Amino acid sequence: MAGIPHDHYEPKTGGERWLHSRLPVLGLLYDTLFIPTPKNLNWMWIWGIVLVFALVLQIATGVVLVMHYTPHVDLAFASIEHIMRDVNGGHMIRYFHMNGASLFFFAVYIHIFRGLYYGSYKTPREVTWIVGMLIYILMMATGFMGYVLPWGQMSFHGTAVITGLFGAIPFVGDALQTWLLGASAVGQPALNRFFSLHYLLPFIIAGLVMVHVWAFHSTGNNNPTGVEVRRGSKEEAAKDTLPFWPYFVIKDLFALAIILVGFVAVVGFMPNYLGHPDNYVPANPLATPSHIVPEWYFLPFYAILRAFTADVWVVIFANWISFGIIDAKFFGVLAMFGAIIVMALAPWLDTSSVRSGRYRPMFKWWFALLVVDFIVLMWVGAQPAEGIYPYIALIGAAYWFGYFLVVLPLLGVFEKPLTPPATIEEDFAAHYNAQTGGTHTLAGPAE
Amino acid sequence: MIKTLTLSAALALGLGGAALAAESGGHVEDFDFSFEGPFGSYDQMQLQRGLQIYTEICAACHGLEYVSFRNLSEEGGPMLPEEQMRAYAQYYEIYDETLNDGEGDYRLATPADRFPQSSLSNAPDLSLMAKARAGFHGPYGLGINQFLYGMGGPEYVATLLVAYEEEPECAADAGMEGYYNSAFTAGGYPDSCKIFEEVETEVTDEDGNVTTTTELVEVGRQVPGSWIAMPQPLYGDDVEFADGHSTELHHEAEDVAAFLMWAAEPHLNARKAGGLQGVIFLVVLSVLLYLANKRLWAPHKGKH
Repeated sequence: MAGIPHDHYEPKTGGERWLHSRLPVLGLLYDTLFIPTPKNLNWMWIWGIVLVFALVLQIATGVVLVMHYTPHVDLAFASIEHIMRDVNGGHMIRYFHMNGASLFFFAVYIHIFRGLYYGSYKTPREVTWIVGMLIYILMMATGFMGYVLPWGQMSFHGTAVITGLFGAIPFVGDALQTWLLGASAVGQPALNRFFSLHYLLPFIIAGLVMVHVWAFHSTGNNNPTGVEVRRGSKEEAAKDTLPFWPYFVIKDLFALAIILVGFVAVVGFMPNYLGHPDNYVPANPLATPSHIVPEWYFLPFYAILRAFTADVWVVIFANWISFGIIDAKFFGVLAMFGAIIVMALAPWLDTSSVRSGRYRPMFKWWFALLVVDFIVLMWVGAQPAEGIYPYIALIGAAYWFGYFLVVLPLLGVFEKPLTPPATIEEDFAAHYNAQTGGTHTLAGPAE
Repeated sequence: MIKTLTLSAALALGLGGAALAAESGGHVEDFDFSFEGPFGSYDQMQLQRGLQIYTEICAACHGLEYVSFRNLSEEGGPMLPEEQMRAYAQYYEIYDETLNDGEGDYRLATPADRFPQSSLSNAPDLSLMAKARAGFHGPYGLGINQFLYGMGGPEYVATLLVAYEEEPECAADAGMEGYYNSAFTAGGYPDSCKIFEEVETEVTDEDGNVTTTTELVEVGRQVPGSWIAMPQPLYGDDVEFADGHSTELHHEAEDVAAFLMWAAEPHLNARKAGGLQGVIFLVVLSVLLYLANKRLWAPHKGKH
């Protein structure tokens, strides 16, 4: 599958040959499992397996939850309590599913920032990046619709707020919102269709994950140096790589086990920490919670949505130039979706000739600031939209766009990158020989 | 690099609770419950005492619609003996719509039945109350307090029960309905207890005329809490415990809050035990995988 030269599957027994000539499925499995992988991958390359685990966990627990759940406005909340109280092991299955969503987003954010730092989005891996962004968008849709299903206060009023975003689109907004909800307000039709889509989308995600893996198996993995694996001959390639099995499987499983220690601790000891107490109150259309706050993984983009209020000059300008069609609310919606779109366009916005951030002295700082910016946006997204918070959100949103639209294009022109090592083998050897062969002096106490 | 991302990850987790921090309210006391922390579990006797308070006082107005009578004798709860639980159920009459040829009638409850719903329309059901409130917030919306002390649901319930106070002087002429409670934040609050400040705002109209308006803006409150519809339910010495436990108000509040936590989360003991087993198993697995990984890679890293 990969462009990296390596040994391909050869059917050995009669049965294998029989199957292989009809459906080369064993060959596909073999080539996937033994794919040559850059041997210098560091610990930031383990999040893919965590994400696969999270997807499988969510589908497995979700299928069981559906067996006991009732998508009806009068029964949904009670059916969740039925799962929590009466279904054998139901409370554990539900808490795994609830917190599994957080594990999924936690891993995907680190995975995305890994890609941004090491330039994994750059040519020739643009398709991998774009497919990844599609997966991320579907994850957000799935996560949002899943949060609606318990039909608690936050479910109900969160749905009203989020579908209201579509209502902000000029001319067609109201019709679109009604079409999405299947009614003029949040109710039974919305619950039914969100339930249907919440079950469907994870399987589409699973399909896209296969395309995602297929894409980077075709180009080969990126690695911390951003230097490509040598492809001149099998021997050359073998110096830069090791087969995925067993080297990276065992390494990834080790990392996964460590991460699951934290995950199981959260599920076992504080399963409601990441949730909102209001969602243990049944939905009541007549009583709106004082603060409607989305789940933590939506907060950075929620902050961007709320950052652009009617008194911000770009909003005033957009309003003026569009003859009033673009108001503050619609501008906020555009900004929120735009924030993800500019990230998806990173492969074409980044002009640097060097792939990995490791060899880009100026980029490093801008990237670190982007990470800080993301965390600040996440924090400010949970704060009330008053006082100093809207200003913080505005600065944060401005930097998010600035990073992708200004910093990435300009750095390629102004930055003088360092020279990456010539080969992956060289990088790997430099790293490990320094630890084993070199004189390793321990820092002694100052006497 | 790894450090940066780990830090961001830690903060991301911390921020989850931030969502809860938005509400500000009265001080919630950190009661020391037996079910806190990774090794915590319910105190069976405390749950029985709480059940007694619930039965004798709360149940007059409130319901527990998601709790079944059989739950009372299940593992990890008050664990009433079977016959006691059956007798307890008989204490309630419930409406059964299958009786009387489908016209419905009242009958004595059985273990499979659930507790009745609230009998007063403005008395909320208490099944999930201890999980539907957060007692601890912040600081600065970072969720650190919830991480350290828990969500604070049962602490909030217990604090509310001991936080009935004399109506403050500032509300003397306000004619407030309900009862002043220094921990309750969702109720009415008289203007006479709010602190206002005059704020001038300049408004420029389309013709460029500037008009200045003075508005009174609330900048603070003289007393915490608000007015609650429920009269003070517990005063101390409201019940007599068979185990001779103290019936001081503080202890009663603590016991009934613990009972309500169980009502909201009946499988907490099993969950924490399962979590602990899971953590231990995964730690052992991590060590084994670490050693396997180290050995696997050693020849390639020049370590033999």
